[in-house]
Amino acid sequence: MRRLELRHVRKAFGGLDVLADISLSVGAGEFVSILGPSGAGKSTLFQLLTGAQHGEGEMFFDGTPLDDHGRHFAFMPQRDALMPWRRILDNTTLGLEVQGIRRKAARARVAPLFAEFGLAGFERHFPAQLSGGMRQRAALLRTVVQERDMLLLDEPFGALDALTRTAMQRWLEQMWRHHRWTALLITHDVREAVFLSDRIYVLSARPACIVREIKVPLPRPRSLGRADALQTSTIEAEILDILLNPEPNPHSSKGHDHD
Amino acid sequence: MPVASSSVASRPIASLLVKAAPAIIAVGLMLLAWELYATYSGIKPTTLPAPSRVFEQAMLNREALVDNAIPTIRATLIGFAFSLSAAFALSMLVDFFRPLRRALFPVFIVSQTLPLVAIAPLVVLWFGFGLVPKIMLVALVTFFPMLVALVQGYEATEAEIGQMLRAMGAGRWRVFMLARLPSALPYFFAGLRISITYAVVGAIFAEYAGAAKGLGIYMLNAKNNFRPDLVLAAVGVSAALTLILFGLTVLLQRLAMPWERAAGQQPAGTGPWR
Ligand SMILES: Nc1ncnc2c1ncn2[C@@H]1O[C@H](COP(=O)(O)OP(=O)(O)OP(=O)(O)O)[C@@H](O)[C@H]1O
Ligand SMILES: [Mg+2]
Repeated sequence: MRRLELRHVRKAFGGLDVLADISLSVGAGEFVSILGPSGAGKSTLFQLLTGAQHGEGEMFFDGTPLDDHGRHFAFMPQRDALMPWRRILDNTTLGLEVQGIRRKAARARVAPLFAEFGLAGFERHFPAQLSGGMRQRAALLRTVVQERDMLLLDEPFGALDALTRTAMQRWLEQMWRHHRWTALLITHDVREAVFLSDRIYVLSARPACIVREIKVPLPRPRSLGRADALQTSTIEAEILDILLNPEPNPHSSKGHDHD
Repeated sequence: MPVASSSVASRPIASLLVKAAPAIIAVGLMLLAWELYATYSGIKPTTLPAPSRVFEQAMLNREALVDNAIPTIRATLIGFAFSLSAAFALSMLVDFFRPLRRALFPVFIVSQTLPLVAIAPLVVLWFGFGLVPKIMLVALVTFFPMLVALVQGYEATEAEIGQMLRAMGAGRWRVFMLARLPSALPYFFAGLRISITYAVVGAIFAEYAGAAKGLGIYMLNAKNNFRPDLVLAAVGVSAALTLILFGLTVLLQRLAMPWERAAGQQPAGTGPWR
């Protein structure tokens, strides 16, 4: 069943064409990634979905057009956007508070999840007292407790060091198997996309259009998979090839040879 | 709370002294140089009294000084409370209705270019020798730094926090209360510290232009009676007042922004999770 569907979405900032033609869909319980070069317009796409910006084209959720009032998404921004003045517990309840849930009830709902998110014992800490990985998990916790129809994750691990990032990817894959969120993930890390996704949309450089849709038929759980190493690296190589040797962009007025 | 903060908290006076030591030594040396010059250069005490004489006279006249400091303190605090409320109200107005900003800011800026020497007598002329003109002048000199700081602070809100809150379903008022106002706190306190140093001076200026009682009028009378020692004693009192108010703002900031101190402590977390 299709939940999110975009048809020919375009967006320009002034004279700058950012999104040229984006059509994509995300099914129920599906983990989909958008992979593209830096500056392609990936975050801009999320701005359109969350209503922070308006573009052209059609966007549907469960078959009805997206408007500013439908609250379908739990959105995790590119930087963790934790509020430095709120303790971790109060940061994670933020979305519930905005929904009008009483602070006490919101805390009761979030508290049991702290252990699962590796944050037990840090409820009373301020964000500045946490490491980068912990901050990202807190931001993720704040996102998932909103219990919206779908997660929008904008490069959740982009700012982490390689070791922490790998650990976090494994953890997220495991969490996803458990919860089966419908999720759309933005990343420019090829391995991350292949490791986590059911499907991947590869974006061209700006002005962005979708140059390829790739299914990832690898079995789950993936964290343990050594057997699929060959298949994994084949898919990764295919994506890298698309990204590093782009076909001439039909939407670019100037056209570009390399990236 | 972690160990580091409690060990400092258990010896607050000692740690304060250590921090203040350079300032105390510098002021002490300056006073010493002044004392030596006043004693040995042969300058008349009616021209430049030695600090020891200023202190001695301050002690002898302490009742008059305290008596005159009270109206000054009252004018300072009431005027400051007014300007604080006005700055908050206007900053919010300007934040919610952007076009107002372009309309009002030139007026505010002009208000800051008015020379106090010229304005103070006029305000006293219009509103008399009572408390009102003092309050107005204190408000006039302290209002702008706080307003600018607040408006700038709202603007410093991380754009992604705003986007996230709106995606959560928060309206403008919610976004303001949850994100813009707390984001502005460090800016606000910076503005507050600047403002508070103008406040006492503003009150004294107003009194200088005409008052029944107050440090300003006390200074004027002492000067007319050729008593520079008493002028300086009153100056000392006003400096002490400003220092106390400044200290209070620092204390207030600590209480209002506990996360700032937490940020100084080591990030937690070890092992593969880091
Ligand atoms: N509000 C805005 N006004 C004007 N231009 C914008 C705005 N937001 C984004 N852009 C422009 O759109 C382009 C795409 O930005 P976007 O943040 O979507 O890229 P991205 O794909 O998320 O990049 P990265 O991977 O580095 O995060 C950039 O050139 C940026 O300058
Ligand atoms: Mg981005």
